[in-house]
Amino acid sequence: MKQRIISYTEAICEATEQEMARDSSVILLGQGVDYDRGLLGTTKGLVNKFGSKRVFDTPLSEDGMTGISIGAALAGLRPVHTHVRMEFLILAMNQLINIAAKARYMYGGAVTVPIVIRTLIGDGWGAQHSQGLHSLFANIPGLKIVMPSTPYEAKGFLIQAIRDNNPVIFIEHFKLYAEKGHVPKKPYVIPFGKAVVRKKGNDITLVGLSWMNVECQNAARHLEKTGVSAEIIDPLSLNPLDINTIIKSVEKTGKLIVVDAAWTSCGFSAEIVARVAEHFRTRKKILAERIGFAPVPSPNSPALEKYFYPNAEKIARVALKMVRGKTAKMSFAADKLDSKSGMTEKV
Amino acid sequence: MTFNKAKAYELLYRARRADEVLAEIVKEGRIPLPIHLSIGQEAVSVGACLALKKDDVVFGTYRGHALYIAKGGNLKKMFAELYGKATGCAKGKGGSMHLIDIRAGVMGMSAIVGTGIPNATGYALGMQYQKKKKVVVNFFGDGATEEGAFHESLNFAALKKLPIIYICENNRYAISTHQSVRQPELNIAGRARSYGIKSKVIRGNSTLAIYQEIKKAREEILKRGSGPIFFECLTCRWRQHLGPNDDFGPGGRDIKEVEPWIKNDELLRVGHLLSRKAKKNIETKVEAEIKDAILFAEKSRYPAPKDLWADVFAP
Repeated sequence: MKQRIISYTEAICEATEQEMARDSSVILLGQGVDYDRGLLGTTKGLVNKFGSKRVFDTPLSEDGMTGISIGAALAGLRPVHTHVRMEFLILAMNQLINIAAKARYMYGGAVTVPIVIRTLIGDGWGAQHSQGLHSLFANIPGLKIVMPSTPYEAKGFLIQAIRDNNPVIFIEHFKLYAEKGHVPKKPYVIPFGKAVVRKKGNDITLVGLSWMNVECQNAARHLEKTGVSAEIIDPLSLNPLDINTIIKSVEKTGKLIVVDAAWTSCGFSAEIVARVAEHFRTRKKILAERIGFAPVPSPNSPALEKYFYPNAEKIARVALKMVRGKTAKMSFAADKLDSKSGMTEKV
Repeated sequence: MTFNKAKAYELLYRARRADEVLAEIVKEGRIPLPIHLSIGQEAVSVGACLALKKDDVVFGTYRGHALYIAKGGNLKKMFAELYGKATGCAKGKGGSMHLIDIRAGVMGMSAIVGTGIPNATGYALGMQYQKKKKVVVNFFGDGATEEGAFHESLNFAALKKLPIIYICENNRYAISTHQSVRQPELNIAGRARSYGIKSKVIRGNSTLAIYQEIKKAREEILKRGSGPIFFECLTCRWRQHLGPNDDFGPGGRDIKEVEPWIKNDELLRVGHLLSRKAKKNIETKVEAEIKDAILFAEKSRYPAPKDLWADVFAP
């Protein structure tokens, strides 16, 4: 079958467009959704197609507007609400945690809150425009949280999120926006809670979230050259989490690295390691490591950034040591280890 | 639709007596805290709800017993909810602060001050989008107007001309902190006006006055698409913020502030509009209903252990 190659950005836009055409209760709101550029391309042209009643910019009221989306959802709409930086969600924590996550439960199943919160993390831009805060939300029962890392999954997950009768936090990564891949034209859903094995391997299991899965793939290519075979898993969905696919892999490799686009302390990487440890207990000796942001706020200077963010080189070094022992050394041509593609435009 | 004084008395009496009886049950320890009684403030909910249609929707707060009753919420399910029973309006998961009765148009109440305001506003956006001929009425206290969500919601409602009536039940107190300690300017209606929202203060805790204003506002919104309308209703809570008792004296309020309100009890004032016999009939009927509700609640089963896991997510 001929592959249809489009970008992650285009996949998100196409999913939104197809769902809005299918279901008139879907509305799209958020800062910049009706700009000509269309929120970095992810909402391009939608206001022209569906009109300003369905696609509209909002006042700078993250808390209020998130509560308004929830209210509209209670009334039967399916709002897709964009927050262009994940930091902005901190202003909406009250509505997301106290209402969205709990409404169905605390009202005894009397209501549904079908909202999609689209948000973005990414490298760079200093302390308040780069944080991966998914672990804060993953702590809360009642929220579904997904981090698609390919265009194919971005489309299938977004359609699933829009059709889901629960609040879904849909987390994108700036660096993924330029990624391209096969995406079927026809609408399709990918159910949440199924991890994907990106690459088979026998020596070590690499679990990477969001952009960090791309870094894991780059690391694995270099590990391959030194004869280390890494298996790569993308959890894709934090809640529900498919831990079994990870456990199955660790059963085989006995070694696990979880790489997160976030801090490790009390983070989602700790959750995965804990669940794996709880599964194996004393039955099997497991080596596990977590890799994430340096435990400091994100610096703006590129000179410091390279020490702050995990990358393929770091992942490969840690993996090699785990597989070959402490003295193992690896030479890297750093330029070749850079991400296979990167963000070319920052907006 | 004219003012139905018998219906007004019945709702006021049901709200008052339900809370009085609940206070006694709480004192006996048969219902766990928290409980925030509406006693003294019933006229605001009753006056407003008398002017609404069944499919109009109200959003309230954790002090929501009177609103739930005034909008026609099921009394048995309310009592069962407070007892933590599976037959409660939220299957025992919500409690006193999270009453809900969708069939009666009572949306879920929230315990975080101000959080219901954007939800009500969003509901109104949904109504407008679906071109439904109904209004949303959002009740909240004076404290909620200090929250950012209040201002963010009014800004948006005015911007989009949403079909919503905001009712601030100003009882002057956040727990035991007077409005003047919290706000430099006491005119809450004036703040709403600054968003271009038609606003009015309603004094006197009068069911009739509130009914008339809400009825007019509802028509203006539905017939003329006026957008949001705001009312600040001055009222008084007779009991303590949380719990079955009063809070007069050291650390609480001065009884002298509350006495005039008790003397002008709206329940008695509306009662005087009816014949002795009509009044008696209503009272007998409501007392029997409350007795039934208690019996229903006490006989109902508690949620089963497996219910702990139900309704985290919708199918």
